[in-house]
Amino acid sequence: MKDPHTPTPPYSTLPHSVVGQRVPKLDAMDKATGRAEYGHDLHLPGMLVGKILYARIPHARILSIDVSRARKLPGVKAVITGADNPIRKFGYGMDNTPIKGDKVRCYRDEVAAVAAIDEDTAEEALDLIKVEYEPLPNLFDPASALAEGAPLVHEDKQSNLFTRYDYSHGDAERAFDSADVIVESDYELPYVTHSAMETSFCLASFDLQGRLTLWSTTQIPFLLQRDLSEALGVPGRDIRVIQPAIGGAFGRGLDVYPFEPIAALLAKAASKPVRVAFTREEEFMASAVRQPARVHMRTGAKRDGTLWVRDARMLLDAGAYISWGAVTPLVMMETVASLYRIPHAKFVADVAYTNNPPTGAMRGYGNPQSTFFVETQMDMVAEKLGMDPVEFRLLNANRPNEETLQGLKITSCGLKECITEVAERIGWERRSQVAGYTAQSQSPISNLQSPLRRGIGIACTLNVGGGARIYRSDGCGATVKVDDFGRVVLVSGSTEIGQGSETALAQIVAESLGVRIDDVSVINSDTSIKPWDVGTHASRTTFIAGNAAWIAAKDARRQIFDAAAQMLQVPADTLESRDRIIRTKDGTKSIAFDKVVRSMHYREGGSVVIGNGWYDPPTKLVDKDTYKGNISAAYGFGAQAVEVEVDIETGKVRVLKIVAAHDVGRAINPMYVEGQIEGGVQMGVGYALTEELLVREGRVLNPTFLDYRVPTALDMPQIETVIVETADPEGPFGAKGVGEMGGTPTAPAIANAIYNAIGVRLTQVPMTGERVLKAIRENQ
Amino acid sequence: MPQHQITLTVNGDLHELVVDPRDSLLDALRDKLELRGTHLGCDSGDCGACTVLLDNEPVPSCLVLAIDTDRREVVTVEGVLQNGEPHPVQKAIVAHGGVQCGYCTPGIVVSSVALLNHHPHPTEGQVREAIAGNLCRCTGYQKIVEAILDVSK
Repeated sequence: MKDPHTPTPPYSTLPHSVVGQRVPKLDAMDKATGRAEYGHDLHLPGMLVGKILYARIPHARILSIDVSRARKLPGVKAVITGADNPIRKFGYGMDNTPIKGDKVRCYRDEVAAVAAIDEDTAEEALDLIKVEYEPLPNLFDPASALAEGAPLVHEDKQSNLFTRYDYSHGDAERAFDSADVIVESDYELPYVTHSAMETSFCLASFDLQGRLTLWSTTQIPFLLQRDLSEALGVPGRDIRVIQPAIGGAFGRGLDVYPFEPIAALLAKAASKPVRVAFTREEEFMASAVRQPARVHMRTGAKRDGTLWVRDARMLLDAGAYISWGAVTPLVMMETVASLYRIPHAKFVADVAYTNNPPTGAMRGYGNPQSTFFVETQMDMVAEKLGMDPVEFRLLNANRPNEETLQGLKITSCGLKECITEVAERIGWERRSQVAGYTAQSQSPISNLQSPLRRGIGIACTLNVGGGARIYRSDGCGATVKVDDFGRVVLVSGSTEIGQGSETALAQIVAESLGVRIDDVSVINSDTSIKPWDVGTHASRTTFIAGNAAWIAAKDARRQIFDAAAQMLQVPADTLESRDRIIRTKDGTKSIAFDKVVRSMHYREGGSVVIGNGWYDPPTKLVDKDTYKGNISAAYGFGAQAVEVEVDIETGKVRVLKIVAAHDVGRAINPMYVEGQIEGGVQMGVGYALTEELLVREGRVLNPTFLDYRVPTALDMPQIETVIVETADPEGPFGAKGVGEMGGTPTAPAIANAIYNAIGVRLTQVPMTGERVLKAIRENQ
Repeated sequence: MPQHQITLTVNGDLHELVVDPRDSLLDALRDKLELRGTHLGCDSGDCGACTVLLDNEPVPSCLVLAIDTDRREVVTVEGVLQNGEPHPVQKAIVAHGGVQCGYCTPGIVVSSVALLNHHPHPTEGQVREAIAGNLCRCTGYQKIVEAILDVSK
């Protein structure tokens, strides 16, 4: 048994030498020189190309599938259909199957797959497969899917309602009676997609004992073991998951999706390794997307500026299968119920099955959606109260060491500092002068020749920052091994998907052991080597895996200090370590770090230095009926202020500047904390202004980067990032998670700035030129 | 499908390759020459992950047919190293934290090298213009732009 983990500052008598430094990512030079090996770069002897046949009809019964011609095509090594495989359900909702047998429920449903010697042969084989369908009535609208007598998407279910989330605290209905100011609006939020630069990939290979190795772009290697076991009927112990370098994920890899078991089924059928690499079109069309939402929301406040009540009702389209998209209300309700102090809150979300694309997790996980309507209504309320939006937010801001009425135990909290920082840096005091004026001219709107109007806006965010208990465990394991030459290897259960967490973990270990960052390597890509972990999601890695690595490093340090104490003949608690030297705190005696480790190996009764760590935060699953409870061990906060320029003739919005201040507890690596925030802001700008996956009658109409507009370097303004440090009591060296929240407040901040510029309130994203222009005309 | 023989210079080395007329330069580099630092991102010229220098001009190699590169000169991300040392652009992007998932990085390195070959001291606007065809989903471009400006100081 290990001591309970109770970090109390100050952490060391020495100033930190590695934690807090701007250390480049351990793998950065490999990536910059083209040496890093991604899934798409892998090659195994005899490897075949796997390709999937999609239904391309949204709802139909499968009458027959004829694969005989495909099977005869030279070079085809396997063809599989639903008929070849027993139906094994998998996925978050346990309602999906690798290949569909009886009916298809969405346009991208998998009906057959082939493995062939090359891409051309595989594609030709797909063309030779003939499927006969009997079309069924389509459900493209969640409201009609929930109507009485609607046909069922899943005939084994009672209705198309997956679930209703019904949350409340206080008494929202009566609170509106006692509110002095009430605002109310409807919102419409679109499908968007991750757009990771590397498309989804997996490579499946069975050995002669029937053991599967899967190279995958997943974010959940250990849960994938379990989920694949369910999907394939192969014991989990016989599944090994390896993650090569992953070219972005952003939530895409949080569930098992059909292409992964399909690759395995093809590999089994062909007795050869099979790779399935999505084309960009497949990536847009056949990976899970951020779900759209239709929301009705009301906010009420007291005349003195006290935020009083919120009520949000929404209808969510889960798509044809339940994956993580259907569960985002858990996060949406957190924003409604806990961002700012609020005595009354109500949140109701109905989640419906339709024949649309299945929805999944995407960075922010419900928070970009809910923060859009919550934070634009904060401005509407402030206006009605005649209060400054910054003052209104500061008045109601969450405070440290306060439990929200939802049961979130907020410990460290720098929300007020974040608001103050961004207001100051954007020049908030200019807001009333800037509003509606051009940069060039300071004349009032009525006299303007130029169509350009400027405005400034702000929005805030609350995000889990200390893990999120969405499974019974939120744990992560770590091992720290030290060799004869002082090389330290951290084996972490956590997963690197490009965000840089492995470098932060290495810094934590280097700091704890008193070695240099160059002395630490990280192994974190193979389930057969690394200890168990839940996965990379919910901004949890630096916090959870960081604590696990810290515990393991301290365990290794204790072993080394015990040996050093014997060698130096001093008590172990008088020792400290820095820059590869272990010395007494008074500086009288010292010994080289690696020399101590060597001596442990070469003496009688010696030992090997291996430190172990396991961290599962002190949190609870939310109550399944009330949705209350402390889901995270720490909470991150942030505020963003933006200045925009709106062209009232075209409706085009240009973001001139963004200031983003985020409370991250402590920045283990400020450079990559900034990187997370800046990258988040970019996704937020896309969500605000350009990104929308157009889904019509179940089909994705814009499956290319030409038509789905991810912001380019020319679209992005200067981002000024401010790191607010609040030294979280539970975080490793005080750190909290930052992975998701950078993109959350951006869109509402931009919407609030547009309102400031032109007096028009947008309730739909993306706020394209067309929509802004339409709103201007409707407002006239 | 008839095969064609082409001769092209890649990273200073002369290669004779037999290519299918439908093969892109990207296919030839990745599959025939095993230069896998050049990445496939979209296969339609929209993302820039496959950018290489073709006769000193940056191009998306997925849009160039391999047979059209006969007797031409190609430089990939593997070829911008100088005497085995990373190019100053590579060093700067690493030092500034401009690499996250890294999938776009080789393309951005190549576009930046092309920019600096033409404009040793570009403005921020020129830098953003030069990498506008290279999509990055991780960084917001901020640190990449800072890095390129730093190299050209």
